[in-house]
Amino acid sequence: MLHIVNKSATERGSLDSCLAMAKSGSAVLLIEDAVYAATTGSTAAAKIQAAAAGLKVYALGPDLAARGMTGRVLDGVNVVDYSGFVDLVAEHKACQSWL
Amino acid sequence: MQFGILVNEGPYTHQASDSAYLFARTAIEKGHSVPRVFFYHDGVNNSTRLATPPQDDRNVSARWSKLAADHGVDLVVCVAAAQRRGINDDVLAPGFRISGLGQLVEMGIQYDRLVTFGD
Amino acid sequence: MSDMDMEDDGAGVVKKFMFLNRKAPHGTVYALEGLEVVLITAAFDQDVSMVFTDDGVYQLLKGIDSKGIEVKDFSKTYRALEGYDIEKLYVDQASMDARGLTEDDLIVDVTVLYVSEMANLMDEQDVVISF
Repeated sequence: MLHIVNKSATERGSLDSCLAMAKSGSAVLLIEDAVYAATTGSTAAAKIQAAAAGLKVYALGPDLAARGMTGRVLDGVNVVDYSGFVDLVAEHKACQSWL
Repeated sequence: MQFGILVNEGPYTHQASDSAYLFARTAIEKGHSVPRVFFYHDGVNNSTRLATPPQDDRNVSARWSKLAADHGVDLVVCVAAAQRRGINDDVLAPGFRISGLGQLVEMGIQYDRLVTFGD
Repeated sequence: MSDMDMEDDGAGVVKKFMFLNRKAPHGTVYALEGLEVVLITAAFDQDVSMVFTDDGVYQLLKGIDSKGIEVKDFSKTYRALEGYDIEKLYVDQASMDARGLTEDDLIVDVTVLYVSEMANLMDEQDVVISF
């Protein structure tokens, strides 16, 4: 299962809801405003780092760059471009967007 | 692989339509197929040809129209959602058509993946 | 151009569809328009599960009266789901607890699942659509 989160973790609870339901071994892709959670110093950073132990965590590079966050990505988070986004959807049987 | 895409928000206010477009274009560039994009909720507002964004900004509906023209993507606008929001055949940009929610369900049944972009 | 159009290709295929409702009613249109998709999906004879988590559990509350805000009351539609053969309704235990709700507060019979059970259910699906 690929979980896609697009909202800032400091504005909404969708990242928390996603992490609570994501099974070990599944993938979480952060896009749009959700990418802030994958950066150092964010209050969500600890959640992401804890999650990265059991999940594969990805962040969309173009969304990081558009927000000036390219140089602040947490260790353990894999940065992908749109091509990588397409690959992630193709590799997983289904995807869930936590809108 | 065949990807169906669901767009739930209108242009400009949310990034959803931009993200969906870039995903669709990239999937096609990689050799996948995007037979249909379904526009629901405020997403129906992506279909109007009446939008005139500034020259230095992207034209969201025109970009979708071009994807349809170049790659045969079927751009389907939900009829019930469109009627609520004043979208009808008179205002549709090229490549868009209005149809029922069954077209969304069919994407789920027939295609390999369904990806949702929204708020 | 009817919602009920059925094309030949795809006929006979039954997939597991999960509709994940995470939004409260009325503040946004997602609950109402999401319900419309669920009803259409059932008409295609698919294996439909409806799941309510987070603020989505508020959709099922008894005693909803939207007359004062002059918005259509679609609350009763949840009771009609059984007539469309949509019988798999699930709510998330933690979401209910976080809102001080119990099954007695809801207008329909549901199955309450712990988050780990919900995760397993989601993992079984072919298509997940979230509103």
